[in-house]
Amino acid sequence: MLKDITIGRYYQTNSILHRLDPRTKLFGTVLFLITVFISDTLPGFVLATVFLLSMMIASGVPMMCYIKGIKGILPLMLITMTFTLLFTGGDLVFNVWIIKISKEGISQSVIVFIRFLYLITGSSILTLTTKTNDLTDGLERAFAPLNKIKVPVHDIAMMMGIAMRFIPILTEEADKIMKAQMARGADFNEGGLVKKAKGLIPLIVPLIVSAINRALELATAMETRCYRGGEGRTKMKPLKYSGRDYAAYSICLVYILVSVTIKLAYVL
Amino acid sequence: MDIIRTENLISRFVDTDDEGREIVSEKVLDGVNISAKQGEFIAILGHNGSGKSTFAKHLNALLYPTEGTVLVNGKDTAAEEELWDIRQTVGMIFQNPDNQIIGNIVEEDIGFGPENMGLKCEDIWERVNQAIQLVDMEKHRYKSPHSLSGGQKQRVAIAGILAMKPKCMVMDEPTAMLDPVGRKEVLSTVLELNKKENVTIILITHHMEEVINADRVFVMNEGKVVMEGTPREIFVQVEKMKGYHLDVPQATEIAYRLKLKGIDIREDILTMDELAEEIAALKR
Repeated sequence: MLKDITIGRYYQTNSILHRLDPRTKLFGTVLFLITVFISDTLPGFVLATVFLLSMMIASGVPMMCYIKGIKGILPLMLITMTFTLLFTGGDLVFNVWIIKISKEGISQSVIVFIRFLYLITGSSILTLTTKTNDLTDGLERAFAPLNKIKVPVHDIAMMMGIAMRFIPILTEEADKIMKAQMARGADFNEGGLVKKAKGLIPLIVPLIVSAINRALELATAMETRCYRGGEGRTKMKPLKYSGRDYAAYSICLVYILVSVTIKLAYVL
Repeated sequence: MDIIRTENLISRFVDTDDEGREIVSEKVLDGVNISAKQGEFIAILGHNGSGKSTFAKHLNALLYPTEGTVLVNGKDTAAEEELWDIRQTVGMIFQNPDNQIIGNIVEEDIGFGPENMGLKCEDIWERVNQAIQLVDMEKHRYKSPHSLSGGQKQRVAIAGILAMKPKCMVMDEPTAMLDPVGRKEVLSTVLELNKKENVTIILITHHMEEVINADRVFVMNEGKVVMEGTPREIFVQVEKMKGYHLDVPQATEIAYRLKLKGIDIREDILTMDELAEEIAALKR
């Protein structure tokens, strides 16, 4: 049951987006998210939609994968929408009992919905087309300047990579422990919220103990393989920009310029 | 020159209470003298708590001697400036393959050691390709370690060490968590490395069958080396082995029991084939 968790699951094909440098994709995603948050007009959203859809097509990932990603977050989206709808003041169009819905409320909640949707889809493009280790590599390189102000960028990237590697191992272990505790009469499914939460203690404590033991062993194994932090370490697969990365950067720049122009045109 | 040489190695675990006073001080290793030449296959036997794992950690400078010295390729492990050189010379394999694999993809994990050594990109790839072939994992190189079997994972771990081109490999019960198939896979890989690549192997194990092919065997008990010799010389002393809570290979055990029953059979039998031949000879 725990194996169903999908965190940014990579989808294997060989599309143009898959072949881009992870840094380019990171940059593009951040730009896109910025434009989604600054645009609040119809032309702005049309532009974002065109950009998003063309990226989704370019990614070569089936639409189902995106829809699955949205499904998980749908309840949260609906709750946020409902609150915006109910608690935004303005011209009332509907007023029964304590429910007051305004024109602004409707438009605001639609915008919130679209932003949420684009946020999730936009970042799924990144995670679906980039292997986790490429992503951590990309992050490490992109944030390398932070090393100057003593941010341990390499160590953070290494930790992320190791965490990714241990997700399947630890979920499998959690499954095993759960079954072992169930065989001893533990009940994970019944009772109220408090009782359920308490019931998780016999699962979580052994899991943490085992994770710490694994971490100790892994640290020893890394040391025997001459690991001594990021200094003096070389890369087996160094990141290199190619022609298509520069092309992608240009497209992203044009996109953000147009998006900002639209925004400014409406403000002025 | 010996690749590994320990001289009167003593290791002590000291436990202190809250005020820093010594409360327990246990000698885990008590005057161990073990040496290995380049290309030798050495096995170390001992039941739980005999100090064999502690010994292994000394060879890789994960632990330092309390007294005595450990020399790796003539270098003292206590010297800090030699640390990385020593770790490149002596590779270590542990029990649980899951806890040794760092990379998310087989070939990337194998490249981890060379990356740490700061080699050039092309050199790393050359070593990775070589190591991957040596352990026969070519067709799994793009897979995630999680999708492999235990034996395959342990072979990836071995390749990860091989890519650092060590002269010696210390294996601390590498087959303890594997099924019989995986155990065979790993063991045959190890034997091949020993024969073809002339890598010194120091195998620490519980499984007597794995020891048969060793050049020399050391038996440890309570931090001391209590027996030393070829597998044949060691296993013929069935009663002494039992005294140290250790078994002997099945074939040896059967021969020993037949002997006890008054049947005239050779005692220094190690494999089932030898045993079968001896019994057939008896019938003739």
